[in-house]
Amino acid sequence: MTVTALTSTEEDPAPTSVTMAKALNRALHDSLAEDENVVVYGEDVGRLGGVFRVTDGLQAEFGTERVWDSPLAESGIVGTAVGMAMAGMRPVVEMQFDAYAYPAFEQIVSQVAKMRNRTKGRVSLPITIRIPCAGDIGGVEHHSDSSEAYWCATPGLTVVTPSNPADAYSMLRESIASDDPVIFMEPKSRYWMKDQLSLPVTTAPMGRAQVVRAGNDVSLLAYGSTVRTALAAAEVGAEHGLSVEVVDLRSLSPFDDATVSASVRKTSRAAVIHEAAQFGGFGAEVAARVTERNFVHLAAPILRITGFDTPYPPPKLEEHYLPTPERVLDAIETWDWEL
Amino acid sequence: MSIDVPTTGRALPELQPVRFIGANGQPADTDTAGLTPPSLSTLLGLYRQMVHVRRFEAQVTALTKQGRLATYPSAAGQEATEVGATTALGPTDWLFPTYRDSAALLTRGVPVAEILAAFRGDWHCGFNPYEYHISPAATPLATQTLHATGYAMASKLKRRGECTLTFFGDGASSEGDAHEALNFASVWQTPTVFVLQNNQYAISTPLRAQSNATMFADRAAGYGIPGIRVDGNDVAAVFAAVSAALERARDGEGPTLIECLTYRIESHTNSDDPTRYRDSAEVDHWKQLDPIDRVEKYLRSHGALDDVGNEEILASAEVLAASVRDAMNTDSELDPTEIFAHVYANPRTHLREQQAILEAELAEAGRR
Ligand SMILES: Cc1ncc(C[n+]2csc(CCOP(=O)(O)OP(=O)(O)O)c2C)c(N)n1
Ligand SMILES: [Mg+2]
Repeated sequence: MTVTALTSTEEDPAPTSVTMAKALNRALHDSLAEDENVVVYGEDVGRLGGVFRVTDGLQAEFGTERVWDSPLAESGIVGTAVGMAMAGMRPVVEMQFDAYAYPAFEQIVSQVAKMRNRTKGRVSLPITIRIPCAGDIGGVEHHSDSSEAYWCATPGLTVVTPSNPADAYSMLRESIASDDPVIFMEPKSRYWMKDQLSLPVTTAPMGRAQVVRAGNDVSLLAYGSTVRTALAAAEVGAEHGLSVEVVDLRSLSPFDDATVSASVRKTSRAAVIHEAAQFGGFGAEVAARVTERNFVHLAAPILRITGFDTPYPPPKLEEHYLPTPERVLDAIETWDWEL
Repeated sequence: MSIDVPTTGRALPELQPVRFIGANGQPADTDTAGLTPPSLSTLLGLYRQMVHVRRFEAQVTALTKQGRLATYPSAAGQEATEVGATTALGPTDWLFPTYRDSAALLTRGVPVAEILAAFRGDWHCGFNPYEYHISPAATPLATQTLHATGYAMASKLKRRGECTLTFFGDGASSEGDAHEALNFASVWQTPTVFVLQNNQYAISTPLRAQSNATMFADRAAGYGIPGIRVDGNDVAAVFAAVSAALERARDGEGPTLIECLTYRIESHTNSDDPTRYRDSAEVDHWKQLDPIDRVEKYLRSHGALDDVGNEEILASAEVLAASVRDAMNTDSELDPTEIFAHVYANPRTHLREQQAILEAELAEAGRR
């Protein structure tokens, strides 16, 4: 791909305060500018700029043939993206909220994920499915789901989730450029999180986990919205003399076993943190693979600090459901630290 | 402020299906909706292909009963729809078929072994979609209708002039994806032809348990697109209707819904037992309306076919059948580790690890 004299290369002179929503917006903008095969469509993504404004201004700049409002039907949005990708486009589609991706489940699981395999690699589907995910925004029923386990259980999909604006930009650019279909999960509660940043920015490659805080006593494995939770727990832990390492998984599928194992071998204790319910959740996969690879290095069982095994609660009760730094610290206190 | 009201496609189609050739080979006297029938030479080509397709279906069904294929859904009885619609496509147009549409694949030139790879259990899709402009046959019902719409949207955006045609069944028409596809195609005005093969059964479920609408073609009006019902056992009507719809599509006039009224003579697949849900009198009735007999009679009565010509066609169908037997009686060579090869464009460590397990097992079994 050639990067010519487009906005994407106009370096911002100095770091400015950038929200995750803005970083995503800029990533879409730069991908649209760089590759004419990129199109963006979904519910309300055109004139309105999406309910979270992630597509703000894109239709005005690129026109209705590049960015448009589709009919309101998620299976239709993803199913047409399959056809467009077969024809050589790189569609970036938005599911308005995670629970509203479920109507597209069949297209994602039976078509998007399997097309390359069933055609022996002859048909690539470079589709990016953006899904605003998880809770902590006071959303009413169906607006706070965490659906990653469904996607991660599906061979053929790449599943990533950024926890900060820089990764949001870099990983979305990389997702759009990838020849594999990507489920791009955007933690809603972090849309307005700001960092000092100059765009464009290139962070670690998409499939990599990253140690975002170094420590020696315990590895907290987090992704998306729970990275902030883990970092907060690490702060409090430090006040009590606990040295906490925080690993931002970034990519759930593929899973960066190497980085995670290295961290766990160093600390010999690990806990995985996510908002989704525990039973059959992604944390189970993390615990299993970390144990399989590092059993003799572990001083304690791997803990899962997650949402409860209930449907996501109503807004006034969500604070009791979400894993908090306190719950994280309480959980790791249950380990026998004498070992 | 006035509301913008599109007025296209509001008229309901005729109840009587469009037909050029009656069941006894006589010219039909029904309304033909302004369509132009194919020429005698085109019709002769369609007849020849239908004969081939029928022989193909019979041969594959027989081989399936002998255990050479895992399963097979035959389109016997639906040859006019399969062949008529597919033949109308231009070389750059794309077809989005279902499991039922091997006949269409054969008509578009996909080699027998590649068509049957899936039913034989060799691989999910045996052909290169880009070589034949055909998407992998879809089994999840109606999913392919959206792919056809999306492909056509890309063609429209890129001004490539490619149209798409998708087959779907009376049963599939109840799926949400079918509805979504018709609606998206209409809103986006994509060059897409929707061919609903109403063979009156979805496995055992009869038409009236599927839809209480007068006919499927009526639905088009609700989407704001033209709809038409044709005699799906009259290849001339199918070919004419699809050709006209493709012409509209190419002229930028958007999608069309074509309901082809036909009948599935065989069982749903070889493992189905249709005697449990329909009686032989019904099947016999539809055999009287056979799509091939009538064209043969029509061609003969118009001097376009004689015994010699027909013998040649039948003989060439036997050559095809022999090639099917050869292809299916040759054991395929499969590499078990290929199940890892095409899952991702970007290779994954854990798949390499799992492949190593399988490779070790194969080596142990002396298969490597
Ligand atoms: C989503 C989905 N549900 C169920 C099935 C199982 N199934 C396969 S074929 C079939 C009947 C389809 O009938 P119709 O659409 O009329 O097509 P026909 O088989 O008659 O060609 C069913 C229920 C399926 N393939 N996909
Ligand atoms: Mg049917």
